[in-house]
Amino acid sequence: MTALLRNTWRGLTSMRTALVLLFLLALAALPGALLPQRSLNSGKVDQFIADNGWWGELLDRLGFFAVYSSVWFSAVYLLLFVSLVGCLTPRTFEYAKSLRARPVLTPRNLTRLPHHAEGETARTPVDVITAAGNRLKGWRLEVREEDGGARSISAERGFLRETGNLVFHFAMLGLIVALAIGKMFNYEGQVVVLANGSEFCNSGTFAYDSFTPGLRVDGTDLDEFCVKVDDFTAHYLPSGQADYFRADIGYQAGADLTSGTWRPYPLEVNSPLRIEGDRVYLLGNGYAPVFSVTFPGGEKRTNTTQWRTVDGLTHLAQGATKFDPPGISDPAERRKKQLAITGLFAPTAVLHDGALTSAYPDLNDPAVAVDVLRGDLGNESGRGQSIYEVDQSMVDSGRLKSVARANLRPGQELKLDDGTVIRFDGVQSWVYLQVSHDPAQVWVLGFAIVLVLGLGTSLVVKRRRLWVRATPATGENADGRTVVVLGGLARTDQAGYGEEFQRFAAGLLAELAPDGGDEDPAKQDVAAGRET
Amino acid sequence: MRVDETLSRYSDWTYAAAVGVYVLALLFSLVEQAFGRRVRPVAARELVGAGAPAETPAETTAETTTETPTGPPGDEQARTEADDQDRRSRAERFGRMSVSLIVLGAVLHFAALALRGLATGRVPWGNMYEFGATLSLAAVVTWLVLLRRFPIRRLSVWLLLPVVVLMFLGGVVLYTTAAPVQPALQSYWLAIHVLAVALGSGMVLVPGVVSVLYLIKVYRPQWATRLPDAQVLDQVAYRTTVFAFPIYTAGVIFGAIWAESAWGRFWGWDPKETVAFVAWVVYAAYLHSRATAGWRGGRAAAINIVGFAVMIFNLFFINLVVAGLHSYAGG
Repeated sequence: MTALLRNTWRGLTSMRTALVLLFLLALAALPGALLPQRSLNSGKVDQFIADNGWWGELLDRLGFFAVYSSVWFSAVYLLLFVSLVGCLTPRTFEYAKSLRARPVLTPRNLTRLPHHAEGETARTPVDVITAAGNRLKGWRLEVREEDGGARSISAERGFLRETGNLVFHFAMLGLIVALAIGKMFNYEGQVVVLANGSEFCNSGTFAYDSFTPGLRVDGTDLDEFCVKVDDFTAHYLPSGQADYFRADIGYQAGADLTSGTWRPYPLEVNSPLRIEGDRVYLLGNGYAPVFSVTFPGGEKRTNTTQWRTVDGLTHLAQGATKFDPPGISDPAERRKKQLAITGLFAPTAVLHDGALTSAYPDLNDPAVAVDVLRGDLGNESGRGQSIYEVDQSMVDSGRLKSVARANLRPGQELKLDDGTVIRFDGVQSWVYLQVSHDPAQVWVLGFAIVLVLGLGTSLVVKRRRLWVRATPATGENADGRTVVVLGGLARTDQAGYGEEFQRFAAGLLAELAPDGGDEDPAKQDVAAGRET
Repeated sequence: MRVDETLSRYSDWTYAAAVGVYVLALLFSLVEQAFGRRVRPVAARELVGAGAPAETPAETTAETTTETPTGPPGDEQARTEADDQDRRSRAERFGRMSVSLIVLGAVLHFAALALRGLATGRVPWGNMYEFGATLSLAAVVTWLVLLRRFPIRRLSVWLLLPVVVLMFLGGVVLYTTAAPVQPALQSYWLAIHVLAVALGSGMVLVPGVVSVLYLIKVYRPQWATRLPDAQVLDQVAYRTTVFAFPIYTAGVIFGAIWAESAWGRFWGWDPKETVAFVAWVVYAAYLHSRATAGWRGGRAAAINIVGFAVMIFNLFFINLVVAGLHSYAGG
């Protein structure tokens, strides 16, 4: 049993498994880019399932439309996480040990190393080793005395490589943990606010059009602040491409909430408002036509409802502005007289065979093409309905009927058969705001920065060793001379050490030469093989 | 900021000129590849004298990669050798000219980007055409740097081929008239994030191509008598990847920081983000594979190629076919 556990653990933490898991992670992430995802566009997902029948439903059941929260994706990255921990733990201990370790003994035969050099000098071995030590600033050094008056120095450098490597992997662990914490306590809400001084307060989920809470967020206890949208400015290029968006907002938080002070802020696309640990973004904008309805009894109602932009380039918008008739207490009677003004809005109107389209996103020549419906809007039917359209089933069942159609410019009116007058007053802008909250994202950033630094260090720094041995020369012409042998070894998969070694060897041997020019560098037997 | 039409037109001309020069360099390099001497299957050896310059010129090193046949050459052999020598040196002259042409092309290429930047008053990597141009310049410059360190001059043709294809596609299919960028792109992060990603992507083009050659060299040596030693190819691929990977990683992180201020979240599994992540994981696998017994060599090279394929997929398929937040980069 313990053997099984041990082997499982070993298997899981081996490099080979890590490699396979990395591939699986890459493979598992890919469908999220190719198939529509619920978190990005749930409408597209529904469309895809509808188009593909049982195949789409199968994919749905297997979690292919929510890849990054699916069981299999989570399984892969959790296994990778465990594998990473299992790999890092022993390496950390080994690293701590190696930090205290002394540079290794000088190999007996330095000329066998991939890099080596030889020379002779009149200086003593002690001098040679001192000179070498002076040139090895920043290396970890160990000088040893050997038999026969020889001396050697053993030098190591590049511990930062392993440091960087460990830092990178630990930063990765930290980043994953921070991401997980973020997913617990974050929330994200979207809301459309009219740019006419309308306010929005982050006091609960009801204030939002859509709200996505983290796993531990229930929508109560949100950070309290309010935002008021005073104005919205957009610039477009002649081509219709957007050039500049700005919402002039006021905000209040903390003591300002009780004193009623609004602090101004120009909210732009790349500069969110950061407040109370939340961020407020300007993510979109559109138009809300203003309609006034004068009912036969003389009562007047004005309504401004946002219409949905259906063409991102020309800002052609579609929507439904709904009215309840005033002064009718009987619900059944009221349900016969409800009004909906549906249709298209064009900021720069162009008529194509009587059909309204838009030529430009800015408000150059606004117009609406409306279809007025009267009857039961189905508000009390118990079904939820979109603010952008009427309940089609009410139209199909004949309880909501089209009573008039017209193209209107601002100020123009349309009179219905019962004497009701509908006036297109003008248009207002709305902005689409997002409030985001993620207490852990600053940690994610911190770990990401450490991760890059660790990665760079671990890939750029080379681990390498260098030895110098100085032995008193023997034989007839010894004459008190000293034989100097240098050896070098790169310990990582990294070419380029040869050049550094050659520079060092040439420099040291030249310094040791009695009168500089006497010793021709060409005579030195310096050779270097390939590194592995 | 108004667009300067004249400068923009000069930029287009310079771009076309750069492509033309690259094509010429490609042809010259092809001559060397076709008629240059064959490389014998011996390991490359650096025979460097003490105090030699740190950067060995490619020519010198190329000289040492081939070895004359052992054994005393007979008269006849000597004559053919001399002929060979003559033909070789002519081929090599073409090779050296191709390098000069690449340098000239890179200068024009850089000028095209600089003029585009001056014309629009912003950094010249604001749409897909410009991104492709920046990316391919990064690839070419990386290649020129590598040429000084490795005996790979005759491989220029294989690098120039994808570069020319990329620039041709960019200039013909993806070309976008010089214009300001939309509000989401109006941020200093455009300069930082896109540049880092373009540099990283451009640099990994080199190991992608070289790894293909490596596989041919190792598994079909009979086709690859004119390719350098497998060891050299492996080193080129590894060292370039190791340099590009942190830059690419930083590019992705810069993107996340920018996304936090532009889109309201630092990571949202947008298709572009997802495939960038996939590519990153594949390159991480490449680096790990080189430390895993049984995965070095051929398998590692194959992973590198997959990584580059994912990058290309991310550039073309994701931008042009899959709709996402990065889609404005196209068209």
